[in-house]
Amino acid sequence: MPSLKDLKNRITSVKSTQKITKAMQLVAAAKLKRAQDAATAARPYAERMAAVLANLAASAGGGGPKLLAGTGKSDVHLIVVMTAERGLAGGFNSYVVKLARQKIQALQAEGKTVKVLTIGKKGREQLSREYSSLLTSHVNLADVKGNDFSGSAFTVGQMLTTSYEAGEFDVATLIYSQFKNVLTQVPTAQQLIPARAPEGAPKIDLGGAIYTYEPDEATLLEALLPRYINTQIMSAMLESSAGEQASRMTAMDNATRNAKDLIKALNLKYNRARQAQITKELIEIISGAEAL
Amino acid sequence: MAEKLHFSLVSPARELFSGAVDHVIAPGTEGEFGVLANHAPFMTTLKNGVVRVLDGDVVKMRIYVRGGFADVTPAGLTILAEEARNLTDVKADEVDAEIEATRLKLLALDKDDPKQIAFGEQISYLEGIRAALAN
Repeated sequence: MPSLKDLKNRITSVKSTQKITKAMQLVAAAKLKRAQDAATAARPYAERMAAVLANLAASAGGGGPKLLAGTGKSDVHLIVVMTAERGLAGGFNSYVVKLARQKIQALQAEGKTVKVLTIGKKGREQLSREYSSLLTSHVNLADVKGNDFSGSAFTVGQMLTTSYEAGEFDVATLIYSQFKNVLTQVPTAQQLIPARAPEGAPKIDLGGAIYTYEPDEATLLEALLPRYINTQIMSAMLESSAGEQASRMTAMDNATRNAKDLIKALNLKYNRARQAQITKELIEIISGAEAL
Repeated sequence: MAEKLHFSLVSPARELFSGAVDHVIAPGTEGEFGVLANHAPFMTTLKNGVVRVLDGDVVKMRIYVRGGFADVTPAGLTILAEEARNLTDVKADEVDAEIEATRLKLLALDKDDPKQIAFGEQISYLEGIRAALAN
């Protein structure tokens, strides 16, 4: 039986934990709003970019630059794992890492060489336990201010295209957390290189007219593809950041509620113990008086 | 002019403009071009410069873009700019301050830092805005 003082200390400590989780929930809610706004604002560009690329890729047929046509083999796979910089966001990072792990195992079972590039600290920490030999580079998101991911997306895109041109891998797949709504984030695998024109993009009806390209198709594709890849990475970063905040908000909401329940239970226990002690003292006094 | 052209200008950060206009003049890499309603399908890369939106013969809006693509389809004109600013929203002294800040950052870099190119481009973009503001 814990003493009254112990119980009191526990209650105080749970109360202060509750205050912290409550504050984290509020902060996450505010950040979520901003992250969601940024993700929404960036959507038109990504959509238009995809439409333009689909259009151009259709006219290029199966050919085109290496970024679109592929290297012709798929021996070396690069898995880009995008997670958050911080934890305490429920299962957010673990779900992404779990999908990455499945993907790595499936590819290794097929006898492919797998390399891993991590974005965000948490993914690297979790993957380095099992796959430290596969990890190549790492991109840090800690110094991203606000929701301006353009710089980091550019860095990642640059890294990918340079090492692809150098023949370091054949296929790159991005694994990130897609933001469905505040309660659901879906870990998703998306092929980045060779670039895939989005499926289901509306076919543009030219009414029999022929497209004019300036300077020419090949030059346009070459200029467009790296940007398309950057755009995909950037939208993934924005979605991932919105998902992280949403996940943290939900996790902290649960934590706050758990703390509340715990405080209630502890208070009951404390009051019972206090009552028991008073009863005990009374019995002692009464039996002392009777003995006289 | 009876028919209107659907024009939208988007940058990675947001959509700057979307709506029906009469006439758009944009800086293509191979020369400036104008687009009216019912233009033939056409796609080109853009260089840094001013995109002008005209209503009749009056310039309604000037947007400075940093590279990108223009895509003309029967549905309208889409400009994908890498960065864009509406010139009515920018103030000359703010741009000056930004140029100065970027220069300082550039000077602080090592000689063979790959970021040098990016900063150099940023400066020429900002100087372009400054020049466009002047006239």
